[in-house]
Amino acid sequence: MQTRPQIQANPLIFNEKERGAALIAIRDLHKAFGNHHVLNGFHMDLFERENLVIVGKSGSGKSVLLKCIVRLEEYDTGTLTVLGSNISELGQDELDRVRSDVGFLFQGSALYDSMTVRENLQFPLRRHADRMRGENEEKLILSALESVGLAHTLDLMPEELSGGMKRRVALARTLILRPKIILYDEPTSGLDPITSKEIIELIMKVQHQYDTASLIITHDMDCARVISNRMIILVDGINYGEGTYQELAASEDPKIRAFFK
Amino acid sequence: MPTSLNSINNWKAFFDETGRISLFAARFFREVVKPPLEWRELLRQCYVVGYQSLLLVAVTGFIIGLVFDLQVRPTMIDFGAVGYMPAMISISIVREIGPIITALICAGKIGSSIGAELGSMKVTEQIDAMEVSGTNPFKFLVVTRILAVTLMLPLLVIMADTVALFGAFLVENLKGDVTFRLYFNKVFNNIVFGDLIPSTLKSFFFGFAIGLIGCYKGYNAEKGTAGVGAAANVAVVISSLLLFVLDLIAVLVTDIFYDL
Ligand SMILES: Nc1ncnc2c1ncn2[C@@H]1O[C@H](COP(=O)(O)OP(=O)(O)O)[C@@H](O)[C@H]1O
Ligand SMILES: [Mg+2]
Repeated sequence: MQTRPQIQANPLIFNEKERGAALIAIRDLHKAFGNHHVLNGFHMDLFERENLVIVGKSGSGKSVLLKCIVRLEEYDTGTLTVLGSNISELGQDELDRVRSDVGFLFQGSALYDSMTVRENLQFPLRRHADRMRGENEEKLILSALESVGLAHTLDLMPEELSGGMKRRVALARTLILRPKIILYDEPTSGLDPITSKEIIELIMKVQHQYDTASLIITHDMDCARVISNRMIILVDGINYGEGTYQELAASEDPKIRAFFK
Repeated sequence: MPTSLNSINNWKAFFDETGRISLFAARFFREVVKPPLEWRELLRQCYVVGYQSLLLVAVTGFIIGLVFDLQVRPTMIDFGAVGYMPAMISISIVREIGPIITALICAGKIGSSIGAELGSMKVTEQIDAMEVSGTNPFKFLVVTRILAVTLMLPLLVIMADTVALFGAFLVENLKGDVTFRLYFNKVFNNIVFGDLIPSTLKSFFFGFAIGLIGCYKGYNAEKGTAGVGAAANVAVVISSLLLFVLDLIAVLVTDIFYDL
C-alpha cells in the first residue's frame, strides 16, 4: 500500500479562555429518515479559527449533519445556532445571508458541469454582489483561483480538470464570498494519496490566509491527524468522544480505538 | 427496476405520483410569477431546446409527410378523390400528426435530456450547491426549462407541419404532377384558424408536460448513477403517456367547439 507523505501537524492548540463564543453551536440534535435514526442527540461547538474534525464511519450521518447546518436538510428536534442565528427559524433572506458566511465544499466537488470555471466562480456572486466589497468581479475570481494555484484554468470546463483540480476549483468557489466558516464534506475522498496531501496543505494554507474556522468531516484518519486542532468521534448518532488527536488516540474505549487502527 | 415504472401497475403508487407531480406543477406556477425571472438561463434553454431537436424534428416531419402521402394516395385514387389529397393531408398533419409526432420526438429527446441533466446535478449535489450559494435552484433550473420547452414546442410543431407538407408535396408533384402553386393553394384553402389555434394551444400543453415531467423526474432523482438513468427513462415513459392523454382531452374539447 502507498503511504501518505508526512506533513507537519497543525500546531494551533486552543486555550479554553481564548475561544470566545461559538460560531456554530449544536445541542441535542435529532434527525431520522422514517424510523432510521441518524442523529440521536448530537452536540458540538465550533470556535473561531479552529479546525474541528468529525470522524465517523460511512453512513454514520456526517453529511446529514453538515447539511442540517446550512439547512439543506431539516432536523427533527434540538437547537442549531450558526453565527448567532437559530437556523431553523430564519426566513429565506436571512437564511441566504447566513449561508453566504458559511462555505460548503461538497464531497464530489459539485462543480456546475455545464459552466466554465469562470462561470462557476461567478455563480455565488450573482446573488451576493454586496460581498464583492466594491472590487472588480474578474479580479475576485482570479485571486480566488490564484489562492488555489489554478489561475490558468479560468476558461476550462470542469470535465477537463482532474479530480484534485476540481476539488481546488470548488474550494475557490467557496472562498470567493470570504466565508467565516467552511464546511468540508470528506475533502480527500476519492483522491490519491499525493493529491490528498496537496488538498490538506491547501486547506491549511487557506485557513491561514482567510482566517476562517473549518469543520471537516472525514473518515480519513491521516487527514484528521494533520488538520485537526480538535476532533469529535461520531458514533451511533452522538458525540461519542471529543479531544485532540493525541488524546483520542490514547483512549481505551473500543469504539474510539477502532478508528485508530 | 425504476420505482415509477412499477407505479403503473400499482394504483396507490400511481395516485401518489400523480399528486406529487401536481404539487411540483403548483410550485412551478408559484415560482414563475415571483420575480426575478432568470432571463439569461431561459434564453439559453430556449436555444438548447430548439437547436437540439431542430434537425430531428425536420427530418421526421419530412419523412412522415412523404410516407403519409404515399400510403393514402392509392386509396384516394380508388375513391376517385385524388384531387382532395392536399386538403386531406394538410388537415391531418396540422390537426394531429404534426403536433403529436413532434411532441413524442421531443419527449424522447428533450424530456430525457432534462431528466438526465437535472438528475445528475441532483446526485452530484450541484443543486445543493446552488441552494447554498443563494440562488433558488427551482427557479434557475426548473422554471426556465419548463418555460423553454412550453414556448419552443409550438414553434417546432409549426416547422414540422411545414416540412411535412413539403414532403407530401414532393409525392404529389412526382406522382400526380401537381404544381407547387396548386398544391399550396389547396392546402391554404383548407386550413383555417380553427385548425391552427387548437393545434398550437395543444402544443403549448404538450411542451409543458414534457418540461414538467423531465424536470420532476430529474429534480427528484434518487442517489447513484442508476437514479440518473431511471430519471431519464421514466421521464420519457410518463411524458409520452401523458401526451396521449392530453391529446385525447384536446380533441374532445375542440370537438365541442366544432359542434357549436
Ligand atoms: N435523503 C435521505 N433519505 C433517506 N435516508 C437518508 C437520506 N440522506 C441520508 N440518509 C441516510 O442517512 C444515513 C447517513 O448518511 P450520510 O450522512 O450521507 O452518511 P456519511 O456519514 O457517510 O456522510 C445513511 O444511512 C443514509 O442512508
Ligand atoms: Mg457523506
